[in-house]
Parts: sequence; C-alpha cells; structure tokens
Amino acid sequence: MHDETINLLEKRKRQVHTGGDFDMVAEKQSLAGAVSQRSCSFCGSRVVLYPIADAIHVVHGPIGCASYTWDIRGALSSGPELHRLSFSTDMQEKDVIYGGESKLHRALVELIDEYRPKAAFVYATCIVGVIGDDVVAICRKVEREKGIPVIAVDSEGFKGSKKEGYKAACNALFKIVGTDDVQEKIPKSINILGDFNLAGEIWIIKEYYERMGVHVVCTISGDGRVDDIRKAHRAQVNIVQCSGSVMNLARMLEHEYGTPSLRASYFGIEDMSKALYDVADFFDDAEMRRSAQRVIKEEVARLLPALAPYRKDLKGKKAAVYTGGAFKVFSLVRSLRTLGMEVVVAGSQTGTVDDYRLLSELCDPGTVILDDTNPLELAKFVKEKDVDLFIGGVKERPIAYKLGVGFCDHNHERKEALAGFIGMLNFAKEVHSSVMSPVWQFAPRRAGQ
Amino acid sequence: MNCVTGKNFTATRNACKLCAPLGACLAFRGIEGCLPFLHGSQGCATYIRRYMISHFREPMDIASSSFGEDSVVFGGRRNLFDGLRHVIEGYRPQVIGIATTCLAETIGDDVSMFVKEFVSAERKQTALPYILHASTPSYSGSHADGYQWAVRAIVDQLAVDGPNEKFIGVFPGMVSPADLRHLRELLDDFGMPFSIVPDYSDPLDGPVWGDYHRIPYGGTPVREIGKLGRASAVVELASTLSEKQSAATLLDERFSTAVFRTGLPIGIRQTDAFFRVLEQITGRPTPARHAGERGRLIDAYVDGHKYTFGKKVALFGEEDFVVGLAAFCCEIGLRPVLCASGGKSGRLRECIMAAAPEIDPATPILEGADFAEIGETILPLKPDLLIGNSKGFTLSRTTGTPLIRVGFPIHDRISGPRSLHLGYRGAQRLFDTVCDKLMEIRQESNDIGYSYI
Ligand code: SF4
Ligand code: SF4
Repeated sequence: MHDETINLLEKRKRQVHTGGDFDMVAEKQSLAGAVSQRSCSFCGSRVVLYPIADAIHVVHGPIGCASYTWDIRGALSSGPELHRLSFSTDMQEKDVIYGGESKLHRALVELIDEYRPKAAFVYATCIVGVIGDDVVAICRKVEREKGIPVIAVDSEGFKGSKKEGYKAACNALFKIVGTDDVQEKIPKSINILGDFNLAGEIWIIKEYYERMGVHVVCTISGDGRVDDIRKAHRAQVNIVQCSGSVMNLARMLEHEYGTPSLRASYFGIEDMSKALYDVADFFDDAEMRRSAQRVIKEEVARLLPALAPYRKDLKGKKAAVYTGGAFKVFSLVRSLRTLGMEVVVAGSQTGTVDDYRLLSELCDPGTVILDDTNPLELAKFVKEKDVDLFIGGVKERPIAYKLGVGFCDHNHERKEALAGFIGMLNFAKEVHSSVMSPVWQFAPRRAGQ
Repeated sequence: MNCVTGKNFTATRNACKLCAPLGACLAFRGIEGCLPFLHGSQGCATYIRRYMISHFREPMDIASSSFGEDSVVFGGRRNLFDGLRHVIEGYRPQVIGIATTCLAETIGDDVSMFVKEFVSAERKQTALPYILHASTPSYSGSHADGYQWAVRAIVDQLAVDGPNEKFIGVFPGMVSPADLRHLRELLDDFGMPFSIVPDYSDPLDGPVWGDYHRIPYGGTPVREIGKLGRASAVVELASTLSEKQSAATLLDERFSTAVFRTGLPIGIRQTDAFFRVLEQITGRPTPARHAGERGRLIDAYVDGHKYTFGKKVALFGEEDFVVGLAAFCCEIGLRPVLCASGGKSGRLRECIMAAAPEIDPATPILEGADFAEIGETILPLKPDLLIGNSKGFTLSRTTGTPLIRVGFPIHDRISGPRSLHLGYRGAQRLFDTVCDKLMEIRQESNDIGYSYI
C-alpha cells in the first residue's frame, strides 16, 4: 500500500488556516493542477441568470458547456419553464475556423420564433472571444429584429472564477432593470435579490415578508420574470442574500436609482429572524415590527419542539462545511450550533480574507479554515478532524462517502428547501438522516479496521 | 413546451451528447494510477467532474491547467508545466492523461511538444510518471469520440513491439463498470490471459475506504498496455468506429496484430458473435457456465415473448450502444420506431441494418440528434417505451412514455454503474427490466386489477 499521508502543496499553505495567528490569503487564481472545486465565470453567470423562467438561455460555444448545465438546478418556477431547456450553438470545426456569428444569429431567430420568450440571454463561452465572434453586435441585431431584449453575457470561462461570472450576469440584468415605464417607488416594497428559489425557497421567504405587510416587487432571480425585473428600480430597498452573486446589481441599483440594500441570510433561526427584523427596522414601522415579531414567534414556537428530537441525537457531532460563497458558511455554523453540532472544518471557494478572519472568530479555536481547497485537502482534514457530517455540493459528496462520512447537499442542486424556519426543520431532518444512518457502522473508519 | 413543428433548428436543443474530454477522462480513469488532466480553463474540468460524479457516485478528480487571460494570449505552456508539477507533487500519479479542451485546441497549443519539453526539463527528477496526451476538440466530436481518441492515444503512446505473447487484448468501448466486470469474468472463463483497455470497473465502482486514496486503485496497468502489440489477438467491441479512430487498427498497422471486431455484445446474437470470436482465438468452446446462461435466457425470451411482441420502442444514446440495443430489441420482438444518437459517424444506419436485419428500413435513424428533435420525431409514432440514458427523462415526462434507463449517464437512479448490458447475463437483465415494465403497464392500464398477468 502506498503512503497515503496527504501534505499541503507548498503554494497552498497560506490558503489554509489551522489555528494560531490568522495570516490567510484569498481571492487568488486557482493553482494549475490543484484540482480546484471552483468552476468558471460562465458557471457564475449561469447560476445567477438561469432561474429567469420566461427567457431563453442560449450558450454560444461547443456543446459541453451547455450539456453540463442542462436543468442542473432545482430553481423552481411558478409559471413558464423555458429555463429548463438547454440551447447551444454547438459549434463545429467550420464555425471555429470561419466564425460562429451567422450560426448564432440563425439560432437565435429560430428559437425566439418558436419559443416566444420575453428575453434571450446569450452566454459567451471560452472560445468565442478567441475566434473573434462579436456576440454583442449579433444580439443587438436580433433585438432589433425581434423586439425583445437579447442580451450578451460576457461569460468566457477563462476570464475568472464564478465571481467574475456573477458580475457579468449583473451587468446583463441591469440592461433590463428600469425599462418599465413607471419610475416612482412603491411604498413598503422590497426586492429579494440573490435567491434562486431552489426547492421553492423564495416562496417561503416571500410569504414571511408578505405576512409583515411588505410588498415584494421582484425576485432576482428565483422564479424570475423579465417584466418584474424591469420594475426592480421601483422597490424601496433590496434585500441581498449571499456574499457574491448579485451584490453588484444591488450596487448598480443604489448608484443609479438610489435604492439602498440590506444583506440577509435565510438559513437558520437567528439569521432568518434578523432578515425579517432588519426590514421592519429599515421602514422604521412599529406595526411592521410587531408583525415580524408575530411571524417569528409563531414559526419558532412550531419549529423548536419539532427540532428537539433531532438535537438530542445530533448533540456533539462534528461537521465540515465547504460552500461556494463564504456568507453561507456563517449561517451554517450558526444553524449547526442550533442543532448542537460543532463545525471543525469550514471554507469556501470564493471568500475574502475578511470573510475568513470573521469565520475564524466565529468558529471555535482550532477550526480549520480553507480557501479554494481541493479534494485531497478536504479528505485530509475530514479524516484528521474525524467529522460526522460534510456539508457541500455534489463534487464534495464522494469525498465524504468514500471515507464513510455523512453528507448534506447545500448547493444549487438541492431538492429540499433549507431556507426559512421550515427550512431549518428540513435541514435538521436531512442532517439527521445522514449522520444517524446505521450504514456507517460498516465503513472501515467506524468498523475499527 | 415541446414544439411540434418539425423544423430544422440551427441550435442544439437539449443535447443528446456530451463533449469529447469527458470521454477521454473516462478512458484515462481506466488506466492504473492515472490522473486525468484537462488542458484548458478550470470550468470544463469541474463540470465534467460533477457530471461524472452524479452518475458514478465515486471520486473523479480531474486536474486542470486553469487557464487565465494570459494563457489565452501567450499560450498554455506555463500553466501546463505548473499544473503537471503540482499534480505530480500532490497526487504522485503513475500516469497523467492529458486531454485538451476546445480553448486549448483553438489557441493552437502543441501539447505533444509541451510534454516533450516538460519531460526533458524535469527528467532529473526521479520517477516522472508516464504523460499521455489525447487531442480532444469537442467541436470535432462527442464524448463517444473523445473516449475512442483517448484509447487510441493510450495505445499509440504505450504499446511497444516484442516477441508474441499468448494473451488477448480487449477494447470494450464505453460500457458500465458492471459490464467490464462481466467481461473480465467471461474472459477468465475462457482461460487465456487477457487485458481490457481501459478498465475503470474498480476505480469507478469501488468500496468505501479507510484512508483516502489520491487515486482510486484498479485500472489497467501500463505494462499490460505496453504488451498489446504482442498480443495473440485483440478484440474491439465497436461497430460505427472508423479505422482512423480505432486503437485496434493502429495495432494492426504497427505490429500486424490480429484484429477481431464485433459490435457491443448486447442481446443473444451480438453475444454469440463475440463468443465465436473468443472460441476462435482461444481454441476452446464456450464455457459451460455461459452456455447455461444462454439457455436460460432463451427460456426467458420464450416465457415473455407475448409481452414484448410488436411493442414500439425509441432508442437513443451513443451510436455503438444504439446499434447493440436495436439488435437486442429486434430479437425479442420489440419494434424500434426510432434510433437516435448525438454522434455523427455517418455509419449508424448501415450498422443497425447489419446488426438488426428485421428492422423496418423506413425507421427513422438519426445521427447528430438532440432530445428536442427526438421528441418531435416520436410524437406521431407513439412508442410504448423509451430506452436510453436518464437525460431522456424530460422527454419521458412530457410525452408520458416510460423510460428504461440504460447506458450513461444515469443521474436519477442509484444503479447506473452497476447496470449490466453485455453478454447473456446483460441481455437477461435487459429483458427482465423491459418485460417487467411492459407487464406493469398492462396491469395498470385498466381498472380491473388483474393479479395474474
Ligand atoms: S469548452 Fe469544450 S471542452 Fe470545455 S466544456 Fe465546452 S465543449 Fe467541453
Ligand atoms: S471554462 Fe470555458 S469552455 Fe469550460 S465550461 Fe467554462 S465557459 Fe465552457
């Protein structure tokens, strides 16, 4: 048997914090050959824009980039479902040699005629810029011909990680925002930004706000509609979830329309409650605050007894958490505490040094903090810290399972609503169903082999 | 949501294929101690990993040279060198299998030359791994092509001449880990040493571990691939494959190796042909165990023939797989009303007609098809079943046609890596699955509630 001790790559050492003085670096380009868990800017743009359900999403490039993103996320729509179709220009050799502009033009015109979308998003993938296709010009042309917004998304994968893709998506969205005729703000209104309505989560959040007497103007991009996005400038405040994805859009809205924003997370009792109170505070409305209190009280009164049996079983169990953005990690650390669990490994693909500093303060001393890590490092720390549960995305799942460790999917592909108070209960159930499964007794790690 | 206009669309809608590097990574995963490495930007590697993990539910590390804007301007040489160094340090692989993404191909990186430079610069290092390279531009072919390109590249770069040895080389095609295991068992029973290239059955369907392994164990050892040029014979399980893509043809040209080619052994007739080849090479009759399986299979066919007769099926997947499925369906009385693939060999029709002579010559046989087109074609044909990978689920749902999941990928069931298609045993499983489904439909399509069907 080989020596399987896993050592950190020299150049990765400062992206890993294992205790002692905090001295991390972050926001670096992934190290070649390190098998980063990150993807590309195209992926970031797809994540943000994908849930817009009455638009078509056309990937300009060779087939893979489209195949791998066909219907991969559980972003639900209450109406049209055009977003669940995958369209690609499927470039062939001759397109690469002679350019793909005319193919793109034909593809767009036919698709718009057939599917009658409210808008079209056209994603540029890696080779598009290199072969010199002018995607913006084609989009403009089709827009004129068809009379709907046709928006080029500057998402060539090599331009950066997901974060750059988020920016490109925000730029694309901002081309639609404000195109509604009416300009004035709607009283007591908000936009919910940065939630993708995975497993219907936005409906849960929206319902809480509506119970508080708040009007939701638009949701970006979960259960998104082009005509709602046109009106986004009419909300009085943007509630922005997640550290990265649509922060730029919020900034643009602030700059152009003076709409301030509040950051929020809907995971866990504490963060969810805060998200409701913050809105009431923003409107400085006593009645609204009382409603918020009522909502929270009712929900928590229902939730706590339901959580109790899970907490009993989960108390003292150890977890590793690795997500795309850093903001979610904070919520997860708190949610797991609510369940009596302790986070011993925490990290994200795209966090900043400040995020990690805060994280190291929030977690217990000795917690391993990881930036842009890879399978080998994750395996190393899962093993060393002897965790009972791993929270991450599908790419992390086999690492956990191979080592005989429970797993909970908290990524874009999840099928369980984990946001809101009800989401906390679902989360507890999901964590419980993995940690408490009897199958681990057979894993070598537990079988004492 | 499905349109019914039957127009020809320029865009590919709901693709029925994946990109070439995916196939190459799968092939590289079947070499012992090999780490697949994509030369290009990070996204492709990550997407392909995620896609494969969702099917195999096993670790599938794929390194990337993580292009940035500077690599696009100045070429990816530096990133490749850095990437190789880091992979060697972190994974300690015996082999690195490099496949190229569209971007690397488009900017014209000469990976073979880069590898040569790398090897000569780093040779002083002890134990440099084998570094293999397959050129896999997705704008020139699908995942099925990528798989074959990689297999051919592996053989091209590893096989060497020497005195003949008594063993069989087998190129199995893109089949499941369960299929590979069954092939192993079957070749064992013929009693001649053999080597399956590539064999990812263990790396992609392995046990839970005590310690994390940098690279899952299993796969075909390099030294066995090296011997292929000296094999008594090689068998290539393929039908639509062109000579240019064929690893077996390469061996024939370079080492005059005896080559046998037969389609994927799906169904009795295709499996019989495969067994005849093995009998010829080994000089032994079909082992009793398999003759027994064949007998029981025919018995099952007889017992179930009425349920399958005349039922209409639509088949889709990789071309070779569709050829095998068509042959199987026709021999049990099912009637393919459509055979479709995202691949474009130009030979699908001809191969299907040869393997399944009873098929109605008017049957639409589509190459380069996508799921939207498949949907539009089957709408008036009203098949009773769809048979293909799980990406057909959308279609199954919108048309209300049950889907029998076979091949790759299967993202919505647990059994993907363990689903057996090849040999008499594979045909038995396929037959049972199809027949059970048809019986279930019959039982549930009336209110009577027959408890005997
Ligand atoms: S660029 Fe090419 S290699 Fe990369 S995902 Fe797209 S099709 Fe596949
Ligand atoms: S890195 Fe480029 S080519 Fe690869 S998936 Fe992303 S956009 Fe597509």
